[in-house]
Amino acid sequence: MATNLKITVNGKAWPVASSPDTPLLYVLTNEMHLHGPRFGCGLAQCGSCSVLADDKEIRSCITPVATVADRAITTLEGLPAWYARKNGLKDAPALHPLQQAFIDEQALHCGYCYNGMTIKGAELLANNPKPSEAEIRRTMNGHLCRCGTYPRIMKAIQVASRTVSGDAP
Amino acid sequence: MNAPERNLPLSRRGLLKAGGALIVGFSLAGGPATAAPAGPARGEAAGPPDPNSIDTWIAIHADNTATLYFGKCELGQGNTTGLLQIAGEELDLDMSQLSSVRLDTNVTPEQGATSSSSSIERGGPQVRAAAAEARLALLQKASQRLGVQIGSLIVARGVVSIDGEPNRSVSYGQLVGDKLFDIKFTGTAPRKPPGEYKLVGTRVPRVDIPDKVTGIYTHMQHVRVANMLHGRVVRPRGQRAYGTRAAPLAVDEASIKDIAGARIVRRGDFLGVVAENEWDAVRAAQQLDVRWQETPSLPDMVKLPEILRARKSTDTVVVDIGDPETALGKATYVSSATYFSPYQAHAPFGPNCAIADVGPDRALVLCSTQDIYASRKMLATLLGMPADRVRVQYYEGSGTYGHSCYEDAPQAAAVMSQAVGRPVRVQFMRWDELGWDNYGPAQVAQVRAGIDADGRIIAYTYDGWQHGWHVNETSTELAMQTAPAERTAGSFSIIVNRISTGSMYRVPNRRVVSHAIPMVGLLKGSPLRSPLDMALSFASEQTIDDLAHAAKTDPLEFRRKNMGDSRWLGVLEAAAQAAGWTPRIAASQLSNADVVTGRGIAVGTHHVSYGAAVADIEVDRRTGNIVAKQLYGALDCGLAVNPALVENQIVGMMVQATSRMLKEEVTFDSTGVTSVDWVSYPVLRFAEHPNCTPVVVQRINEPSTGAGEEVMGAAGAAIANAFFDATGVRLTRYPLTPERVRDVLAMKKA
Repeated sequence: MATNLKITVNGKAWPVASSPDTPLLYVLTNEMHLHGPRFGCGLAQCGSCSVLADDKEIRSCITPVATVADRAITTLEGLPAWYARKNGLKDAPALHPLQQAFIDEQALHCGYCYNGMTIKGAELLANNPKPSEAEIRRTMNGHLCRCGTYPRIMKAIQVASRTVSGDAP
Repeated sequence: MNAPERNLPLSRRGLLKAGGALIVGFSLAGGPATAAPAGPARGEAAGPPDPNSIDTWIAIHADNTATLYFGKCELGQGNTTGLLQIAGEELDLDMSQLSSVRLDTNVTPEQGATSSSSSIERGGPQVRAAAAEARLALLQKASQRLGVQIGSLIVARGVVSIDGEPNRSVSYGQLVGDKLFDIKFTGTAPRKPPGEYKLVGTRVPRVDIPDKVTGIYTHMQHVRVANMLHGRVVRPRGQRAYGTRAAPLAVDEASIKDIAGARIVRRGDFLGVVAENEWDAVRAAQQLDVRWQETPSLPDMVKLPEILRARKSTDTVVVDIGDPETALGKATYVSSATYFSPYQAHAPFGPNCAIADVGPDRALVLCSTQDIYASRKMLATLLGMPADRVRVQYYEGSGTYGHSCYEDAPQAAAVMSQAVGRPVRVQFMRWDELGWDNYGPAQVAQVRAGIDADGRIIAYTYDGWQHGWHVNETSTELAMQTAPAERTAGSFSIIVNRISTGSMYRVPNRRVVSHAIPMVGLLKGSPLRSPLDMALSFASEQTIDDLAHAAKTDPLEFRRKNMGDSRWLGVLEAAAQAAGWTPRIAASQLSNADVVTGRGIAVGTHHVSYGAAVADIEVDRRTGNIVAKQLYGALDCGLAVNPALVENQIVGMMVQATSRMLKEEVTFDSTGVTSVDWVSYPVLRFAEHPNCTPVVVQRINEPSTGAGEEVMGAAGAAIANAFFDATGVRLTRYPLTPERVRDVLAMKKA
């Protein structure tokens, strides 16, 4: 279906071929072939499809693509550049500090939920660079992990917090 | 995306670039070769490749790297890393020189299903033996090349040199360099003694994690192929009583006529839709108006324990030692109770997905099965082709924890592809995966155990009632209209196991009976991580705890006193030590506060490893809410090839066991299953997770045993025992939901 709809994803404009009511997720996965956002429930219950829309985490599985035409979408793939922009860094790092912490903590199992965990964790650290354990628990509560890696996600967010807030040893 | 995908068996020629992203080349003509030996090139002929050939297992490349061919798949547990460590250890290669390929019925050896935590336990020795034999062959070649005896040679990072003459050397790559070994795998080459291990036993980082973190990794759900359609299954939302197919009586094609390009696929009672666009397939599946045949009712969920107990059963005496009935008569105290564990779902976080391309006489299927060769056989039957015309390739999906819908999805894709003559990608919707799962079966247990005046366990009986596991996938049952079938015997059937039912204690009189009841009329069952062990430990370890309480003994001390085996004692002590256990009789410090705390301990396993756990919980007596605050879990799996992998598994097991103990239960009404999303099938959420302390009891001289399931039972039972410690009341049915907690606390008061 030809439309004039364009979306901006990771700083680049993308002409949308799908119908305007199509959830953003299917545009990101089937048109742009991005691997970050992924289908988990289609009901906004789990967070596997999360992306940032103007710095705010949204569920792309229930968001019609037409409703984000005027918003800047950032996916997992664009997160290091987004972090650099937010923090006035000249060059984007290879990884967002939270991604590095996930590697350092050997946090994940299957990794399927880590798109959402990374997006939501990055949003949290941008808004609150030194979250308490209770704040992390509360903020991350909309993101499910079935492998049981919550304790290591918690630890990784705390480790990344030290990098983001400049408290790194 | 410019990094190559690391886990692809086929050459880069097989990749298409489209939209800046990786699309997997997909052709029924077979994969391109990676070497050019005489006879068919690797990947050209249907497997399994000859297990008695070293070339089946290992290839050495000119750049002095090695490719390992495993038959065990990465499920997110890290077995790829562990198996590479084993191979690297024997070959004297380091991790940067090692890689493996995805499982493929044309490429990788048959090592059996990646189930029962068997990758390292049963797959590891084969890999170790093959690598040792390859190393010996390489040393023989080097010996000829350098003109010295093998005994004078040393190897480091795949470079063979003469001991004391480092300048006289030759690399593996120079010796074999992309040519075949062309030798038999005899299994006779000497393996390194464990005391000399440099790579095995170390905390090597997982090879799959970096790509998963950056989003480069290709899960099954990411794969797209040229010319494919998107398919969805169309079924009632929530399965019916097992044994009655969901038969579509009337399908109103006009109900989706506004979705251009959406087509209905029907074979027998199988119903699906395909469309060019995924969203159109999703919409069409939801919008299609179908009248389903009415099916017999499911039983009342609340009365399930009585219903299971009343069914006609086929009984197997699993353990029969001494005379438990007489001994129970002499006991100073007998603990006797009936316990119930619910149906629970695998509930992979990403629903299963598969792509099938079925031609007139060949098929290629991509999916997340735990056993590619078993999948191939089932697909061949469904498609009416010989097995060697079907090729199955494994792509890791979302964690599966046993037999989720990972065979059902590829079968659905195959049925649809065969019907429409194009590749079809099927992804289950959340309600398909949760509603049509093969659930971990419910169980009723009657446990009795008695102690003498000295606090010794003198008698123990365990009777368990549960049904078995399914034979045919739902797509096969629907499309081929097969009769209901259940596994009642053999390695893929389920039985009350003797290990988890008191075997860790010295009990002179013990009887364990498995009562197999028919699955028809209940729900479809299949292995769920640590099959039945959570149920067994929940019942058995609460019984032991009750005996300790009656003996007025600290529950740790009571177990210690009644255990004989040093390895069971080892994990028990390790968990207790990690928790800083202070001896105390359970429920001896009850409080009237609104929020009370409790600590519990328990042991358990799956088959052969040894697990123990301590749980600290809080119980809100007003709301009935239980919070697991902290869990400590110890595991002895013999030689832990990579203790960091095992620790990560222990953490995952403890969190998942907490979820299953506190929250998870498949629900149904008289019509069908009603738990079909994350609201109706709640799992443990981020804010609810316990802090976890994993402890690996390393035993380098013992054979490696399973490490992915063996703490589940202990962790769940430790929570149940902690509840008793906090409240003085036993919960005999899980999940321990706020409603059940309020009910038992109210009954205690009354």
